[in-house]
Amino acid sequence: MIGDVLTWLNDPAHWRDTRVDKGIPTQLQTHITFTLIALAIALALALPLGLFIGHTGRLTFLVTAANALRALPTVGVLVLLTVIISPHFHGRTDLGFVIPTEIVLVFLAVPPILSNTYAGVQNVSAAARDAAAGMGMTGTQVLRKVELPCSLPLIFSGFRSATLQVIATATVASYVTLGGLGAFIYDGLQQQDFPQMIGGGVLVALLALLADLLLATIQRYAVSRGISGRFSTKSVIPADAATAQVRTAEASTV
Amino acid sequence: MIRFESITKTYPDGTVAVDSLDLEAPSGQITVLVGPSGCGKTTSLRMINRMIEPTSGRIWLDDRDTGRIPAAELRRGIGYVIQHAGLFPHRTIIDNVATVPYLLGWDKKKARTRAAELLEQVGLPAHFAKRYPAQLSGGQQQRVGVARALAADPPVMLMDEPFSAVDPVVRDQLQDEFLRLQSELGKTIVFVTHDIDEAIKLGDQVAVLRVGGRLAQLATPAELLNRPVDAFVAGFVGRDRGYRALAFSTAGRLSTREEPTVRLGAPVPAGTDDADGWLLVVNDADEPQGWLKLGESGADGEVVTDAMLHRGGTLAHQGGSLRAALDAALSSPSGRGVVVEEDGRLAGSLTASEVLALIENPLPQPEPQP
Ligand SMILES: Nc1ncnc2c1ncn2[C@@H]1O[C@H](COP(=O)(O)OP(=O)(O)O)[C@@H](O)[C@H]1O
Ligand SMILES: [Mg+2]
Repeated sequence: MIGDVLTWLNDPAHWRDTRVDKGIPTQLQTHITFTLIALAIALALALPLGLFIGHTGRLTFLVTAANALRALPTVGVLVLLTVIISPHFHGRTDLGFVIPTEIVLVFLAVPPILSNTYAGVQNVSAAARDAAAGMGMTGTQVLRKVELPCSLPLIFSGFRSATLQVIATATVASYVTLGGLGAFIYDGLQQQDFPQMIGGGVLVALLALLADLLLATIQRYAVSRGISGRFSTKSVIPADAATAQVRTAEASTV
Repeated sequence: MIRFESITKTYPDGTVAVDSLDLEAPSGQITVLVGPSGCGKTTSLRMINRMIEPTSGRIWLDDRDTGRIPAAELRRGIGYVIQHAGLFPHRTIIDNVATVPYLLGWDKKKARTRAAELLEQVGLPAHFAKRYPAQLSGGQQQRVGVARALAADPPVMLMDEPFSAVDPVVRDQLQDEFLRLQSELGKTIVFVTHDIDEAIKLGDQVAVLRVGGRLAQLATPAELLNRPVDAFVAGFVGRDRGYRALAFSTAGRLSTREEPTVRLGAPVPAGTDDADGWLLVVNDADEPQGWLKLGESGADGEVVTDAMLHRGGTLAHQGGSLRAALDAALSSPSGRGVVVEEDGRLAGSLTASEVLALIENPLPQPEPQP
C-alpha cells in the first residue's frame, strides 16, 4: 500500500498537466493560492479586530461569536453558499465557486487568529501597560510598542493553527469542482484509486508541515528573545546580593 | 511643587477614594503618602499624572493646572515608578531605560548613552544593558524601573510602592540608595507606601491618609511620631513609636548638667569629693576623651595619661536626636551621657532617666520649616 502511494507520487505522469487532468505542481499551486487568499483576508480582519478588542476591552462578545463559527459544518456551509452565490456569476468564471470556498476558509481561519490576538493582548502584564501609559505613550503607542510585540507568540500560534486548518480544509474546493490538492482525494475516491487518494492526503500533510516550519522560523526572528526566553547561555540570573557586591565595590573606589 | 486643591475622586461605582484633599508636595523633597490599604494613596498619586482624572478639584504642577496639559505630554515630564516595575519584557534593559527619551524623539545614540549613565547611577553593572527583564531579579528590575523613570531627567517623580515587592534586606538597600540618589538629584517626589517605617525613613514630610481618602495628618516624620493628631494616626504609627521616635525627634537644646573635668596631662586632682569617682577627661580643646576612675590607678598626684582612660561611651551632639542622647547615657561607664557642642567641645552630661523624662514630655520644638 505504502509502496503504491510512493509509486503514484513518483510517477512523472502525475507531475505534468494533461488535457484532462492537472498535475501535482498545478494543483499544489492552486491549493496554495486558495490558502494564501483565505489567510490574508482572515489576518486582515482578525488581527486588527483582536488588537482593538484586547486593547479596549470592548466588543468582547465578537470573540465568542467568532468561536461559534468553528462549530459550523464546513461542507454544509460551502454547499449552501455555493447555491446562494454561484447563480449570480455566469460565463467563463470560477468566481461563483471561489467566493464560497474562500468564505468558508476565512470562517475557519478567523476564530483562532482573533481569539489568540485578543488573549495575547489581554495577557500583557498590567504593570507593563500601566508603565507604558504612565510614561506618556498614547493609546496607539501602547498598542504598537508594547501590546503587539508582547502578544506576538500567541498571535503566531493562532495564525499557525489557522494555517494548518486552512491547508487541510482547502481540499473542499475540489468538492465544488475547483482544483487544489483535494482533487486527487476526491478523484481517487470516485475512481477507487486509493494510491491517488492517499497520495493527495500525503501532499496536503507535507504542505501543512512545510508551512508550519516556515512560520516557526519567521516567529523565531519576529518575537523578542526577552519574551521567547532564548537568552544567551552565559547570562544566568544573578541574585540581588551580586548586585549589592558590585555596588559596594564601586562605592569603595569612590 | 505639586499642589492638590480640594481634590475628590468618586469612582463610577460610588466609592469615594479621595475626599476633598488639599496637599502640597514641596519642590526638591520627598512627600510620602501613607495609610492602610484602600485609603486612596494610589488614586491620589495617579491623579497627578492624570492616569486617573479627578472628579473635582485641581492639581497644580508649579503654576500649571495639570488638567490643561495634554495627558501624554504631562506624563513624559513626570517620572513614574510602580510596584512590579512594569518593565517591557520584549525590550533590553537599556532600551527599557531609554523609553521616554525615545518617545521624546531623542536620537538612538544619545538616548542609549543617557540610559547607560543611569544604569550606573542606580547601581547596575554595564553588562546588564543587553539583558532582558526576565533575566533580572525583582530588586534589579526595580532599579531599572527607577532608572527608566529618571531617563529624561523629569523634575517630578511619582512612586507607587516601588520597594514593596522585594524582600526586606533588598528593600532596605534600595531605600538607602534611593535616598543617596535623591540627595544628588533633588527631585520633587511623591512616594506611596503602606509601610509606616518606610514612610518615616524616606519622607521629608509624611501625609497619613485614612480610609475614605481623607488627610489625617501632614507632618515631618519626627512630628508624626511625637505628636500624632488623633487616635487613628497614633494607632497607625504604632505602639512602639516611642522608641522609634527617639531616632527622629531632635532633642532640641538639651539642658545638661555641668560636668567636672580634668585635662589630659594634668595631675589627677587630689581629694575630689565626687561620690561615684568618675571624672571626665578632656583635651586642650575641651573635647571629651574618656573617663577616669578615681582611686583606680592608685594615683594621687599622678599625671593623667591616655592609658588610664575608660573610653566606652558614645557622644551625643547638642541638637542631635534623643536616641543618640539615650545611647550616650546608656553606654557611658559613669552612667552620665556626654553631650558635646557641634564643634566637639564639651557641653555637659545627662543621665538616661533624664533622657527618658524628655521622651515622655518632649520639649516644645520649633515648627518645621516648610
Ligand atoms: N477603578 C476603581 N473602581 C472602583 N473603585 C476603585 C477603583 N480603584 C480603586 N477603587 C477603590 O478606591 C479606594 C482607594 O483605592 P486605592 O487608591 O487603590 O487605595 P490604596 O492605594 O491606598 O490601597 C478603594 O476602596 C478601592 O477599592
Ligand atoms: Mg495602592
